[in-house]
Amino acid sequence: MPVSAPILEVHHLVKQYPAVAAVDGVSFAVPEGICFGLLGPNGAGKTTTIEIMEGILPPTAGEVRYRGERLGARFHEEAGILFQKTALQEFLTVRQSVALFRGLYERGLEVDEVLRLCALEKLARRDNRKLSGGQQQRLLLAIALVNDPKVLFLDEPTTGLDPQARRNFWELVESIKARRKTIILTTHYMEEAQLLCDEIAIMDGGRIIAQGPPQRLLSEHFAEVLLELPRHDFPAVARQLPLKLIDASDRVEISTHDLDGTLRTLMQAHVPLRNLRIRPANLEDLFLELTGKELRA
Amino acid sequence: MIKRLLAVWHARNLEFLRDRPTLLFTLLLPIGVVIGMGFIFGGPPRPLFKVGVLGARGSQVALGSATPANPFLHERYVQFVPISDEAAGLNEVTHQRIDLLLDLDGTARYWVNTDSPKGYIVEKLLIAADPGARRQPVTGQAIRYVDWLFPGILAMNMMFSCLFGVGYVVLRYRKSGFLKRLHATPLTAFEFLSAQVLSRLSLIVFVTVVLYVGIGTIIHFHSAGSIALLLLLAVIGSLSMIALGLTIAARFASEEVVGGLLNLLTWPMMLLSGVWFSIDDSPRWVKWVADIFPLTQVIKAARAVMIDGAGLAGITPNLIYLAITTLVFLAFGAWSFRWRVD
Repeated sequence: MPVSAPILEVHHLVKQYPAVAAVDGVSFAVPEGICFGLLGPNGAGKTTTIEIMEGILPPTAGEVRYRGERLGARFHEEAGILFQKTALQEFLTVRQSVALFRGLYERGLEVDEVLRLCALEKLARRDNRKLSGGQQQRLLLAIALVNDPKVLFLDEPTTGLDPQARRNFWELVESIKARRKTIILTTHYMEEAQLLCDEIAIMDGGRIIAQGPPQRLLSEHFAEVLLELPRHDFPAVARQLPLKLIDASDRVEISTHDLDGTLRTLMQAHVPLRNLRIRPANLEDLFLELTGKELRA
Repeated sequence: MIKRLLAVWHARNLEFLRDRPTLLFTLLLPIGVVIGMGFIFGGPPRPLFKVGVLGARGSQVALGSATPANPFLHERYVQFVPISDEAAGLNEVTHQRIDLLLDLDGTARYWVNTDSPKGYIVEKLLIAADPGARRQPVTGQAIRYVDWLFPGILAMNMMFSCLFGVGYVVLRYRKSGFLKRLHATPLTAFEFLSAQVLSRLSLIVFVTVVLYVGIGTIIHFHSAGSIALLLLLAVIGSLSMIALGLTIAARFASEEVVGGLLNLLTWPMMLLSGVWFSIDDSPRWVKWVADIFPLTQVIKAARAVMIDGAGLAGITPNLIYLAITTLVFLAFGAWSFRWRVD
């Protein structure tokens, strides 16, 4: 994908609360037309960063620039936002909810077009309080799209959805990507990030600890494949072998470039291989590798 | 069962004690109410009746410099006030601002509004003290208590709808995150607040018109002034009180605090704005405080129009005050407005 000029630039962003620095000197740029993923464990500073980028939370220091300008009227006209948690005005139908937000922008899509984009035509006359979780998220996405935004913020958009609703939502985001919109996505689902994001930044403790296209980051941090063995099949003596081991809760993972050689080593050490799984490294491996496995408070 | 009850009781108490603004407000409100009630209703017993006394005798009686020859002047709980001329006194009687008008020069004469319950009682007291006193006919349309009360009831209904109908809605929007979502659009705080004002205004004006027409049909109340002027007053008065409600709800996210503040405003307004009874005889500082409330200005102007037939010039000061308070409240509300729960 050709690299285009950044549509959003984040410079030395800091958000200091009395007891903690939620964001601690974050800088990055988002090229136009890509899906940029902001990943990190709970409390890493993702939502704070994205809310500052959305212009609804003032930073303690640093700035965000949209097309080279400070966030202002143009940004608000051209940005679409789907918050982690949002309530809508009660007693309105789906169509009325979309129409309300359409009325707040100078330019945008027709209400019918937005409803069609988000597969809401059949729900247009339904009270917005009577939607399922997936339908509710589609409505919130529709609201985020009413102004035909140039940049779309999606803050954990599929949290709490069932697998079908999640996959349906991903298809919608893919269709939005196909329209050359810039998307800023935060998510806990690594599968989601791997599927949708062209570039990711992993945050921890308010800082960015890795940034780049997912495949490049994976190749930088992992070898070709991962071998997984149940912990009870992996004898203590095997820990002395010259292997790159990663401990997970119930299994031991071995990262290697040389699959044949590693298998020979394990067999010579009489490690039982009947429950062995071989798979490529994914973003979840990278995430755990960089942010650790301990539970965050 | 007791264990579960205690668990929930304990958790709720912790929640309450850790919600500092609510806790502070809950403790301060009763103290404020006690102090306020003490000021307003404390002191010696107040007179129950008000009698106007005409001419030179009236001035002497009021100043306490006359020897009260008429035994009626010895009655307790009757306040005697001097009235300079008969026409002004009769106007006070017909509008029930005094309960009886008395002329003690020569044979005692008096005027009483036959629609006034207090006038009826005070007349009995007068006749018992001075059987020779002669009742004089009162000309013009007598104002009933309901005629005097009705503008206050209409205005009070407006006040509740303005303050609670707007304050709690904005609070709910903030707590649910709807305001935060709106904040992410080009909508400004002033635009949002103005839309709330206009929405509530149209509802209140509609309801007020329905009440005016409906109650007017049933009880045939007296209205001497212009309907258009009353409508203008309803619009500007509602604007002021809606803006006041928005100011209260502009930044808080606690139902207890907003509810408490709204009650803190509505109770003094109900008591001091003259909805139920006149505060003409109250201490000067009470009247001064009452005049600050938008409700007082609405009621004064509405009574002036409906009872006295006042025109635009007669209520211009009230309208100007209400317009200024609208702008001040809206500006303060927009300045202090918070889109989200911090």
